[in-house]
Amino acid sequence: MAKDEAAEHERMRRFRDAALPYLDDVFTLARYLVRDPTDAEDAAQECYLRALRHFDNYRGPAMKPWLLAILRNVCNDEFARRRNQEVPTDYSQDESATDEMPLWQEAQASPEGLMLREQDTAAMRRMIAELPEPFREVIVLREINDLSYREIAEVADVPLGTVMSRLARARAMLRSAWNAMEGVAAAPSITDAKLSS
Amino acid sequence: MNCVESEILLHALIDGELDAGHAREVEAHVASCSGCAEKLASFRAMRNAMSGAALKETAPPHLRSRIEQMLTPPTQVSAPAAVPARRFFRPTRRSFFGGFALGAGLSAAVAAGLVLTIIPNNRGQEIADDLLSAHLRSLQGSHLLDVATSDQHTVKPWFNGRIDVAPPVIDLTAEGFTLLGGRLDYLGGEPVAAIVYQRRKHVINLFIVRHSAAKPAGTSSESIQGYNIRHWSQNGLELWAVSDLAGGELDEFVQKITAALRPAGAS
Repeated sequence: MAKDEAAEHERMRRFRDAALPYLDDVFTLARYLVRDPTDAEDAAQECYLRALRHFDNYRGPAMKPWLLAILRNVCNDEFARRRNQEVPTDYSQDESATDEMPLWQEAQASPEGLMLREQDTAAMRRMIAELPEPFREVIVLREINDLSYREIAEVADVPLGTVMSRLARARAMLRSAWNAMEGVAAAPSITDAKLSS
Repeated sequence: MNCVESEILLHALIDGELDAGHAREVEAHVASCSGCAEKLASFRAMRNAMSGAALKETAPPHLRSRIEQMLTPPTQVSAPAAVPARRFFRPTRRSFFGGFALGAGLSAAVAAGLVLTIIPNNRGQEIADDLLSAHLRSLQGSHLLDVATSDQHTVKPWFNGRIDVAPPVIDLTAEGFTLLGGRLDYLGGEPVAAIVYQRRKHVINLFIVRHSAAKPAGTSSESIQGYNIRHWSQNGLELWAVSDLAGGELDEFVQKITAALRPAGAS
């Protein structure tokens, strides 16, 4: 009995060491998938609980996509109904960024050095949050969780080709959202004025 | 390459997911197409802007401590039973395995398969779940093969340095089991060789590991969720064959592998 207990403690310790470093990734995906912060916390916690239970089936080498796949299942189980009927509640309330400067200018010579300001980041989050579900998921997994295409295919449980076409669609949608925002908020002359001021 | 293909592939180019050959093709197309060149530039700019943005969340401290507490064994209770009540989550096995089952169902409709795997240690019953999961994973997306060839002399050396056994690779094409290739897989965290065969539309994974001396040699056969698993030990190896192939046909496969592995009967 004591031996079993020791083994169980050891298992828990190994799981903790392997899985806890990805809590921010798990929470981030939860946040973009379920939107409500409290629900996202519950989803993240449930994800770790399930992962611990199935840790014996885990065969590596990549812990992050494994956890994110579990998280995704948690979210699908519990939030499928709500997710379809809700509009984004959180990021969308932050409207302050929309009437500000463009996020970036495509024609600039060196976009590499471009960093977003805080309010632009908020606007970007909102645009991601407004993407339809499968496209939002693929963008978050790629751009924020930094998974490879193959890992995304595993997490989203779709073929590689689907990952690629969704990602292309998702980026095209983001691009038009950005362009629309720029067009409305900042005609070139206004932008120039702001930049020079 | 045309613009339609390029439109998808230029994202893979941006993400560094293309092999050199395809990357060259996309770059050649972009060099000759101003529309695609413009898209490439703007998507690159967008990606750079996003990576510079603080889009990643940080888990709130109270969540972190809640989960840490959940993962810290209490002194006298052994299971994670003392988890704080959750508001509405009812964890179910079904939900976790649902993804696998669905993917497997789809894949199985496309290609039923047989997989032969070699595993170094014997961990008994619990390995069966692992085997099935590995088999099902292999049928999804592009996971089936790391090295795709019907040439056994290509498959075998591919495993050199990747795993501590030299897995036997036997060509049974003439006998109705087509050799598709090999793959490095993981069972219980241990790397294993998976040799992949096909019988009609059915995939067979043959998993192979070194047999541990501590464990008695044994033979077993079982069926889980419609998949058949055969396990045996031979020549210091442990072998598992997993497939949705009918039990009798899988037995036939096992017999042929067994016969081929016998020193006198090696082909």
